[in-house]
Amino acid sequence: MSGAMVADGLTVRYGRTTALDACSFAIPERTIVALVGPNGAGKSTLLHCATGLVRASDGTITVLGGPAGDPTLPQVGFVAQDAPLYLDFTAAELLTMGARLNRRFDLAFCRERLAGLAIPLDRRVGRLSGGQRAQVALCLALAKRPGLLLLDEPLAALDPLARREFLSALMDAVAAEPMTVIMSSHLVTDLERVCDHVMVLRAGRVSLLGRTDELVETHRMLIGPPQRRRPRIAGVERIVSASRAQRQIQLLVRTSGDVLHPEWDQHDVSLEDVVLAYLAECPVEPLLELEGAGA
Amino acid sequence: MIGFYITAASAVPTYMQLVEQVRQALRLGRLEPGDRLPTVREVAAAVAINPNTVLKAYRELEHEGLVEGRAGQGTFVVRSLAGPPPQTLDALRADLEAWVSKARAAGLGPEHVKAVVDSTIGPLLEAEASA
Repeated sequence: MSGAMVADGLTVRYGRTTALDACSFAIPERTIVALVGPNGAGKSTLLHCATGLVRASDGTITVLGGPAGDPTLPQVGFVAQDAPLYLDFTAAELLTMGARLNRRFDLAFCRERLAGLAIPLDRRVGRLSGGQRAQVALCLALAKRPGLLLLDEPLAALDPLARREFLSALMDAVAAEPMTVIMSSHLVTDLERVCDHVMVLRAGRVSLLGRTDELVETHRMLIGPPQRRRPRIAGVERIVSASRAQRQIQLLVRTSGDVLHPEWDQHDVSLEDVVLAYLAECPVEPLLELEGAGA
Repeated sequence: MIGFYITAASAVPTYMQLVEQVRQALRLGRLEPGDRLPTVREVAAAVAINPNTVLKAYRELEHEGLVEGRAGQGTFVVRSLAGPPPQTLDALRADLEAWVSKARAAGLGPEHVKAVVDSTIGPLLEAEASA
């Protein structure tokens, strides 16, 4: 398998805690991936693995065709959560540092970019706004001209305007020079307009990975009467999640073709609906038992 | 040059929203043959969307024969969707405005006005389409 990031049985344990549990997946190159999952699902661990900052306890992870870590690091840009920077440094000093510490670092690109964003180079980074700090951190990561850019919760600390400006700057960079971007968030809605792939992590496992347009097309919400047994519906490949309200149950399903069943009303779903269904821990059987017990 | 906007809550896919906005600009004469569309990078940065989404929209417009990509130069409008001249539209609009005032004077609320319009033009257009 080849791709921007490929994992095979990737497992990371911190003491007794398993942060990543036998993850296998391949993220194609030149995609923009929203990595979604609750706190503690393993998002940060996965991104750290891709840089080599965290070692696999078991299994392998490769990025851009080589092992994660030193051999591939020059091609990987990484901005950790909350865009940590040396706050006493000016932007200009951070650029100098970046140029000294990296094998590949495009200083002219950085200066031009920060000037375009009207970010003063001579001000201490600690005195810039949160949005400006995020832009400086992004710029430092882009200066490596990475083939793979990893952003851990890049929008979490930003206000709505700064979020839009950050995504705008990021899309400008991607349009100028194709690269793979993997960015994490609690919420897929934050990233929906920019991502073309979604990966959902839940409790250290990959519960979903796919193209956003295909995911929306192949999932449906079905609403029908309560069931005594797991319903079998033609065209339904898998029931992802179920919920019950009074006299009806709702099933979010992955389809394998046209769903034909007079008992079920069909509705289109949004990307958020799909992601929430894969995030929700609500297997179908208990719901049906509950229905039986309550009747 | 036209600007784009994206409604995140819309059920219409993002690329289709772009396609529809170009079509609408062509219908209203805001875009004419020979005009250049903004570059993919310009749109991606301005609206903060995936560049591939913009590419997909431009490909769809090309497929419809409305625009044409020219290597190294950009994407250009090649066909117009403009309807009748503005004077004609203005005259028609004035007639409709007169009718709406009459309907309001007769005591119809906004919803009622729309209902009468819809129930009148719906069957007329349908009959025309099937003729």
